[in-house]
Amino acid sequence: MWLYEKKLQYPVKVSTCNPMLAKFLIEQYGGADGELAAALRYLNQRYSIPDRVIGLLTDIGTEEFAHLEMIATMIYKLTKDATPEQLKAAGIGDHYVNHDHALFYHDASGNPWTAAYIQAKGDPIADLYEDIAAEEKARATYQWIINMSDDPDLNDSLRFLREREIVHSQRFREAVEIIKEDRQQRKIF
Amino acid sequence: MKQLPPEYYQLLEQLQAIDFVLVELTLYLDTHHYDQDAINQFNHYVKEREKFKKLYESNYGPLLQYGNSPSGSPWDWDSAPWPWQV
Amino acid sequence: MPSFYKEYHPYISPFDPCPPIKTKVYSTPPNLYLGFQPPHLPQFSPMEALKAGTLWKTFYDPYYGPNEKKS
Repeated sequence: MWLYEKKLQYPVKVSTCNPMLAKFLIEQYGGADGELAAALRYLNQRYSIPDRVIGLLTDIGTEEFAHLEMIATMIYKLTKDATPEQLKAAGIGDHYVNHDHALFYHDASGNPWTAAYIQAKGDPIADLYEDIAAEEKARATYQWIINMSDDPDLNDSLRFLREREIVHSQRFREAVEIIKEDRQQRKIF
Repeated sequence: MKQLPPEYYQLLEQLQAIDFVLVELTLYLDTHHYDQDAINQFNHYVKEREKFKKLYESNYGPLLQYGNSPSGSPWDWDSAPWPWQV
Repeated sequence: MPSFYKEYHPYISPFDPCPPIKTKVYSTPPNLYLGFQPPHLPQFSPMEALKAGTLWKTFYDPYYGPNEKKS
């Protein structure tokens, strides 16, 4: 069962009026290594993973929806007051023509989100290594978005999200160790 | 729709900070079932959170959906602003 | 823990048309080196943790872009 909490996980602030950044941020909204992909990947894999790590996949998957909301907030703040001309100048005229100011699940190039971005092999090692790779790819993407941005407040939120990817990667690596170990001799902290 | 006072942002951030500690400890404990000190820290912050949640909700309305927070009168779960508007 | 950023130097050909980038940097964050997280690592306060993006100091690895001035 899911519950929604009516607050962001992190106080997102955007201080420069630069709708161009929305074009890049949407990569983490509807892109291959973005937060939607992460949430759906983990929440789906958890049905076929050993009991011991179902909790981790559930909890990280849920947190990714909170991050999706943060990205949506950034895009919303950057575009809500933009005129069609400003959106066109920002390079998202084609998005506007299809969606007005609505957000949508596509990447920075306009490719719509697809389940082809995720996988669930049913093999715990394959699935967990995919999850580690996903976290590293998301971490790298945040680095590239930070490189494109000159808004220090926005970058604080992006740094937060990148740091979360580092911690998630750590947890998935630990999950691999848990899966690897011999049940007979449990030696976990 | 009433505008939010500056104190709102401060209280929100304090609540976000406590909730963040709880998220971090949750993920840690998911892979470290036997760390009793971490469990104690988690349960301590669960109690701390209750205080901040009550304070926030008494001033600014329910945080959680479907009865996990009480309602004001009239129904205020769905009143603006929403988190991305704040 | 080793440094969280590594450098390498791509080969520069005399026939490269554009001004060459001599040094490339890549990120090697703490999760690569820690192994299974041991208990009782030093923590941030809740407010510091929120800003840092993690409760434990060992994971803190802030990334700044070239357009930013580090505060």
